[in-house]
Amino acid sequence: MCALCGVLQKSHWAESGGSRRERVFRVELLNRVLEHFGLRLDDWSGSVYVLRDRKGGTRVVTDIGSLWTAAEELTGRPLDPLDPALVATLANARG
Amino acid sequence: MAERLPVSILTGFLGSGKTTLLSRMLASPRLGETAVIVNEIGEVGIDHHLLRRVDERTVLLASGCVCCTLRGDLSEELLDLLSRRTRGEIPRFRRVMVETTGLADPAPILSTLVSEPVVQHHFERGPVITTVDALNGTRQLDRQPESLKQAAAADRLVITKGDLADREVVRALKERLGTLNPAASVMEASFGDVDPFQLIRRAEHVRPVQSAGSLVISAHDVHALTLTFDEELDWTAFGIWLTMLLQARGEDLLRVKGLLNVGGPGPLVLDGVQHVVHPPTHLDEWPDGDRRSRIVFIGRGIERDAVEASLLAFNHVAG
Repeated sequence: MCALCGVLQKSHWAESGGSRRERVFRVELLNRVLEHFGLRLDDWSGSVYVLRDRKGGTRVVTDIGSLWTAAEELTGRPLDPLDPALVATLANARG
Repeated sequence: MAERLPVSILTGFLGSGKTTLLSRMLASPRLGETAVIVNEIGEVGIDHHLLRRVDERTVLLASGCVCCTLRGDLSEELLDLLSRRTRGEIPRFRRVMVETTGLADPAPILSTLVSEPVVQHHFERGPVITTVDALNGTRQLDRQPESLKQAAAADRLVITKGDLADREVVRALKERLGTLNPAASVMEASFGDVDPFQLIRRAEHVRPVQSAGSLVISAHDVHALTLTFDEELDWTAFGIWLTMLLQARGEDLLRVKGLLNVGGPGPLVLDGVQHVVHPPTHLDEWPDGDRRSRIVFIGRGIERDAVEASLLAFNHVAG
């Protein structure tokens, strides 16, 4: 902790300043992406996320940055947003 | 939060004239009250500025990613400067300049500034100034990955030793740098002669698109793409998309910089070097009449159609 200002930690750049409502929306959007890879994300008390695969694998993640590393660990491959199959799924999804 | 002190980074390949430029900049009265952090203290001929030396020490994070390493030395030095300034042991200073070694990757320095909580609370990222030698710059960009990273990370590109090179060579280098990094301004400085205020002022925003398509501009297959989007972008979807892209392709993505139309009166400013993304900030108004989102990507194997289609698909889901 900083003796001058008492700073403990800061939030991830993609999540900073967001409201509770935005966090709920973010989880909803993330699940639209993650389901393509057989994963599901749940918000736990608004403080951390729990990521699960269909085989019972679980990871607790603190922010959206560490989410993708955990997702890679569970699926065994990088989750590429440029993957044409993912892009087609999202482009054809109901908005 | 108290006003944060800007930290400018001066980088450039070995022998590209960093120290000459730094000495000339610090000689200007407009750059008074500057604390300077360098690796080699002896070469900078200044004595009226706060001059500190650091040994390059990096702290590798669990992710093992080089660009996300934290420069523990830099963090300690910045906080020590601040603490001594607060205690009145050293004169007040209004900004910090960090001169890197010639082989340094600027990303860990930026990572330290935006990721280390205490540093981030007291200091803010200033512009990255990269020197490129007119005589050897082209060859270094072709052969040295460090040189390429330094140029891609720049907000200001300064061509040095232009007086020693053929004008046609300087013109070609200028054009190449403009294509490599459309997000940076390119200027020329012989013997470090350049307006220091132009170098250290806050990073300008992405300029209107000047070139379309992707051009391969180095032997490392690095190219720049400038994409524009007419529709409003959903910030939550964009954040998901970019964090995912950086995880999957971060090694190949040297720079992302842009202005995003996320629906407010002004744009959101985005600036990232490799995996290190500066916390986005809102501008009160657009810098010009063009309200389209515009994003510059500099990297390897980044295809325009794939990036565009992917971002629009993520945005569609949020709609």
